[in-house]
Amino acid sequence: MDRIPVLQMGKFLLVTIQVDLYDRLALNLESDLVQMVSKTGARGVLIDISALSIVDSFMGRIIGNIGNMSKIMDAETVVVGMQPAVAITLVELGLELKGVSTALNVVKGMELLHKKIGSFEDTIEEEEHDDSSTD
Amino acid sequence: MKIDISKVFLKKKKQVLEQWMKNQLADESLREDLMSNEELRAQSEELLEALVRSLNDNNLEDAQSADFENVVEILSGISISRARQGFSPRETGAYIFSLKEALLQTIQEELKSDPAQLLSVMFKLNKLIDSFSITTFETFIKGREEVILRQTDEITEISTPVIRLWDGILALPIIGTLDSARTQVVMESLLQEIVVTGSSIAILDISGVPAVDSLVAQHLLKTISATRLMGAECIISGIRPEIAQTVVHLGIDLSSIITKATLASALRYAFAVLQLEVRKSSVKEKNSL
Repeated sequence: MDRIPVLQMGKFLLVTIQVDLYDRLALNLESDLVQMVSKTGARGVLIDISALSIVDSFMGRIIGNIGNMSKIMDAETVVVGMQPAVAITLVELGLELKGVSTALNVVKGMELLHKKIGSFEDTIEEEEHDDSSTD
Repeated sequence: MKIDISKVFLKKKKQVLEQWMKNQLADESLREDLMSNEELRAQSEELLEALVRSLNDNNLEDAQSADFENVVEILSGISISRARQGFSPRETGAYIFSLKEALLQTIQEELKSDPAQLLSVMFKLNKLIDSFSITTFETFIKGREEVILRQTDEITEISTPVIRLWDGILALPIIGTLDSARTQVVMESLLQEIVVTGSSIAILDISGVPAVDSLVAQHLLKTISATRLMGAECIISGIRPEIAQTVVHLGIDLSSIITKATLASALRYAFAVLQLEVRKSSVKEKNSL
């Protein structure tokens, strides 16, 4: 069965949706992602939907759900690269994805994640950097 | 003795044209400012030529006949171009009716000796030209409608420019009433521009919107939500006191949206978000430029 890969990048998980989502795939993604968050202890999830050109209310809800689920598992979710048509559709459907942060592209999404988590973990990160430099 | 009408006109084409031109030139409403006499003559000649060629005894009564396709086509072309040039309906009508007059005058001379046939031919001819007149009006109005439609499109296009204020800051001054169709255009062009420029802040300036009702507010909120979904921030600026009053009276909740009084303060806010700073350059720096 098709699955959408969830990549781990340091403290973050990266999901790029390159195919059009169908219901089963979206549900799998939802459970996979939550599993991965718990397994890796990721602090942030970045979902790139720039290749997604069609959404329906179900997809919209799944995206919103993923955001909210990750949030209560203490991982920030950022959805990046939404197409204008997709944004208009979601708004017309009344799905405003209130719980999810958004960014224009992956670079800005990463910046946003760093900013959101960074302020909290700055000190720890610096220590880690020190360790690695002495190695 | 029965006379073939089509032959008569074919023979007397020149005379009819002269008569027609005379009628047209005599008319007070002749618009020499819109069309020169030579042009008018060429146009009339083309139409008359087509009419005389396709006219025969059988189709004299039937304006819908396929024989007249060419005539109707030329007629439509003329009336549409007249509509675009700004001729009034009366002037366009007078054009085709003066042709009728010329035709009838000619036929009258020809059939002086036979009043019975004259009457029947005149009757048929009247009907035919009247039917052409109706076609003329139809196409004239269609031409006008096309003009109006094009202007509507142009207005929607013109009135929703997305301006790049700064790197990463877009502004969209909205002028005129917002309705569903217009909001759609505004939303689409704004979102498209956000993607193209990679801007993270969009300023919607509504100082040109005459009134805000619940519908307009809903449209605005939709635009803002869509912008947020794209990953950009949306600021509303230019809320006039009257608009603030109506919005609050209508019970519309704009508290979740960043609102600024003027475009300038919205820009200032945008600079702050992007961690940019505007300051006066010192005299020294200015000289070095």
